Amino acid sequence: MSVIRLWLNYVRVGVLGEMQYRVNFLVQLLQSAIALATGLIVLALIFSYTQTLGGWTGPELLALMGVHTLVGGLIHMSIQPNMERLMQDVQQGTLDYALIKPADSQALVSVREFRLWQGVDVAIGAIVIGVAVFQLREALGWEQALGFALALLCGAAMIYAFWLILTTGSFWWVRMENLLELWQGLYSAGRAPVGIYPDWLRYGLTFLVPVAFAVTVPAEAVTGRLTLETLAGAVALAAALLIGARWFWFFGLKHYSGASA
Amino acid sequence: MKNLFDFYIGQMRIAAVTQLQYRAANYFYMIGMVAEPIVYLVVWSTIAEAQGGMVGGYTAGGFAAYYIVWTLVRNMNIVFTPYGWEWRIREGQLSGMLLRPIHPLHGDIAYFAGWKVAVIILWLPIAAVLALVFRPEINPTVQEVVVFFIAIWGAYLIRTMLLWLLGMITFWTTRVGALFELYFAAELLLSGRLVPMSVMPPWVQALSAWMPFRWAFQYPIEALVGDLPTDQLWLGLGMQALWIVLAGGAALIAWRWAVKQYSAVGG
Repeated sequence: MSVIRLWLNYVRVGVLGEMQYRVNFLVQLLQSAIALATGLIVLALIFSYTQTLGGWTGPELLALMGVHTLVGGLIHMSIQPNMERLMQDVQQGTLDYALIKPADSQALVSVREFRLWQGVDVAIGAIVIGVAVFQLREALGWEQALGFALALLCGAAMIYAFWLILTTGSFWWVRMENLLELWQGLYSAGRAPVGIYPDWLRYGLTFLVPVAFAVTVPAEAVTGRLTLETLAGAVALAAALLIGARWFWFFGLKHYSGASA
Repeated sequence: MKNLFDFYIGQMRIAAVTQLQYRAANYFYMIGMVAEPIVYLVVWSTIAEAQGGMVGGYTAGGFAAYYIVWTLVRNMNIVFTPYGWEWRIREGQLSGMLLRPIHPLHGDIAYFAGWKVAVIILWLPIAAVLALVFRPEINPTVQEVVVFFIAIWGAYLIRTMLLWLLGMITFWTTRVGALFELYFAAELLLSGRLVPMSVMPPWVQALSAWMPFRWAFQYPIEALVGDLPTDQLWLGLGMQALWIVLAGGAALIAWRWAVKQYSAVGG
């Protein structure tokens, strides 16, 4: 529970900091609106030629786009800023200051940053999902809503674990930020349902980089195509990745000698 | 003139040698970039097959050729980012640049051109892998290859000028994010980066004909992949030259105004 209290404290500090730059909220809102408009134009273009794409109808792909935006917002709000700060700390030796604090080191490095205005994407993503569900004209049962929430939670956990593993790599290999470029590209592949990709790419996006679990699987939940097996698989993989990431973090920490020492 | 030529050669060599040192970094960057056209390629070849083989004049193999050449043209389109001006001003880099006897635009053109040489070398294996996986339909003539090699550098110069011009806005305000994103969205839709223009509705095609974007993106790709008639093939180079002059002239004028706004920071 102390981890949650720690997180809430950092969130408060982050929010207070961001509140000083309110115009940035407007800028972020405009940027998100532009991204949303672009996404809608692309969908309109695709569905001016066809009724379904890889078995997904227009409203279903809209739901997928909503999930992609929402998860992207979560990543930018919390996961990415924390991991970028961690990389910078390893490079500059300032990680020492985090390590000497009397808290769990993994928890601490994962909660120090919070970018409130990036939450605009989370809100926009949620609205898009809502509109898509409305267009699907099928009442969302509580099982599906629960499945969606669980799938989203697992997806977020997997992405966090994946990022932590990558970032831990910077204990050995300092210029890790280039891997993040790679991640940005791969995450953009989540805008289409992974089912339409050739096999090698689909497996890569599912198991190598958990984009499929983070975006396609929650979208499957709102469009009523999520099976219990997939959901169980997501839970199992999320748990495995979280445990693996934690083990790897402490393993990496042993190799940290401090850049200034 | 001789001095300027020496400057270009020197600057390009430094860039090429530096960037070839960071091969892994460049590769991660380039492989990340490949994901975007793969999404487009898979989506549009799926649609082409569902539509009886063709969309906007492109078959699945045609799209494969388009989006593989896309990856090189996209790399040629990487120039000094307009977001970079804020850093140059804030860190006082600009003060140093102003002291040099050569216009800073030359420095940017030369450095990124040198980087392109490294990028083209590193791109060849990526293209080979993509070609093996996606089976492009491509059979260019010698003439098309020649025009393509000129056109990718034309594209590089057009985008350099346009983004320089855009970056100048930073001298008046630092809240530039939304404006830049609007520009990039327009560019995505009107340049042929998202889809070839023939896939777009007619009014979008008409709009893009009046914009510089497609000459920096779709035209070089089409020169190699499409079957442009000979006159259009060469006319495109003329259009590129026109836009380089127009955008370059605008960038130089904007630069004059911008520098008058500038009061040194840091430095």
